[in-house]
Amino acid sequence: MTETSSFTAEGGHGAVPTSCEVEVDEGGHAGAQPLWEVFVRSRRGLSHTHAGSLHAPDAHMALRNARDVYTRRQEGVSIWVVPAAAVVASSPDEKDAFFDPAGDKAYRHPTFYDVPEGLTHL
Amino acid sequence: MDVAAVAQVESPLEQQFQALVDADGRVEPRDWMPDGYRKTLVRQIAQHAHSEIIGMQPEGNWITRAPSLRRKCILVAKVQDEAGHGLYLYSAAETLGVDRDELLDLLHTGRQKYSTIFNYPTTSWADVAAIGWLVDGAAIMNQVPLTRCSYGPYARAMIRVCKEESFHQRQGFEAMTVLANGTPAQRQMAQDALDRWWWPALMMFGPSDTDSPNSAQSMTWGIKRFSNDELRQRFVDATVPQAEHLGLTVPDPDLTWNGEHYVSGEIDWTEFFTVMKGDGPCNRERIANRVAAHDEGAWVREAAAAYAAKQQARSASQGVAA
Ligand SMILES: [Fe+2]
Ligand SMILES: [Fe+2]
Repeated sequence: MTETSSFTAEGGHGAVPTSCEVEVDEGGHAGAQPLWEVFVRSRRGLSHTHAGSLHAPDAHMALRNARDVYTRRQEGVSIWVVPAAAVVASSPDEKDAFFDPAGDKAYRHPTFYDVPEGLTHL
Repeated sequence: MDVAAVAQVESPLEQQFQALVDADGRVEPRDWMPDGYRKTLVRQIAQHAHSEIIGMQPEGNWITRAPSLRRKCILVAKVQDEAGHGLYLYSAAETLGVDRDELLDLLHTGRQKYSTIFNYPTTSWADVAAIGWLVDGAAIMNQVPLTRCSYGPYARAMIRVCKEESFHQRQGFEAMTVLANGTPAQRQMAQDALDRWWWPALMMFGPSDTDSPNSAQSMTWGIKRFSNDELRQRFVDATVPQAEHLGLTVPDPDLTWNGEHYVSGEIDWTEFFTVMKGDGPCNRERIANRVAAHDEGAWVREAAAAYAAKQQARSASQGVAA
């Protein structure tokens, strides 16, 4: 059967063709509606955690959409939406150089130190 | 060194990437990744997203005719979840540098597909039950391994999806149980739905591994974790006892128990290809509905954008005045 080579079960809902390609522009696009990053506080006492993103024309709609998309089962008690364009991120290419300075400072961890046997509360 | 061998030498970036994947690490959006990996993921995640939103239609067909308010509430919640699944997945695809509008356009113009399973009609209420039980059940088998997919945003989206899927499967099984224990006519509806959905559900797992050359590459990349046949077998093993519990007959005369597994008969792929190529019972209707919903919603998007622009202009001028 040669036809079978043109599709496979990729996503969750089953077999789809594998020939459908899209041009990828790594720079990303400015869609018709701006992209928002969504952060959800799952309960009081915990910090907000990134949940995903969505498109909305303004902050107000972004909040409402975030409620419908990310908290349909009471997953949150508070939501932040942040324009994706406003996020400043460290670069993955500079990952090593950027985080290296902490690499050779083992003395910042308690495990660096020897504790005499038998002593507690140290 | 011959030409083929030279071509196979990987660049340091490729080696680093493969080492990360081999160590079961996660690839994140701005990391370097091979072009093929990115393209495969964009296609897979986009077509997965399309399947979620097109998948709203066969069940949505029964919302207004659900047999009770309880069933109606459940069905609305389930269909709304499928919309949510589509949204999680479109966001994951966008982290790879594609635009959501472009992906929708590819769906609307037929250049990208969605799962064939959604091109079958839902002719009775029992089909809604069978979809939850079998189609969502099969989707769970496929999706659970994807929660460990090497691409972080896809894996995270799948964790959310999987949490919601088990409700989908259980409500379907419950609805099926009610029918199977109902009047003779209801029991017949349930059997008829199982008869029609069983084989399409098995086909959801894709062709046998020997016929699926893409699988090997996806496994190397940590996108796919188990073979099509392996997952199909798990589904059959899990589902046959459920059908027995319902007192319904799996429509496979060759189905046997080999002491370890249920072995199903040969799958007839000819019908699958017909549906795949666009000649299924509902292909045109599904896309026509999707395009109509998109076009008819255009004024809402335009009004929201106009309102946002107006608010922005207003707060900018107030900022100047202050
Ligand atoms: Fe889903
Ligand atoms: Fe589902």
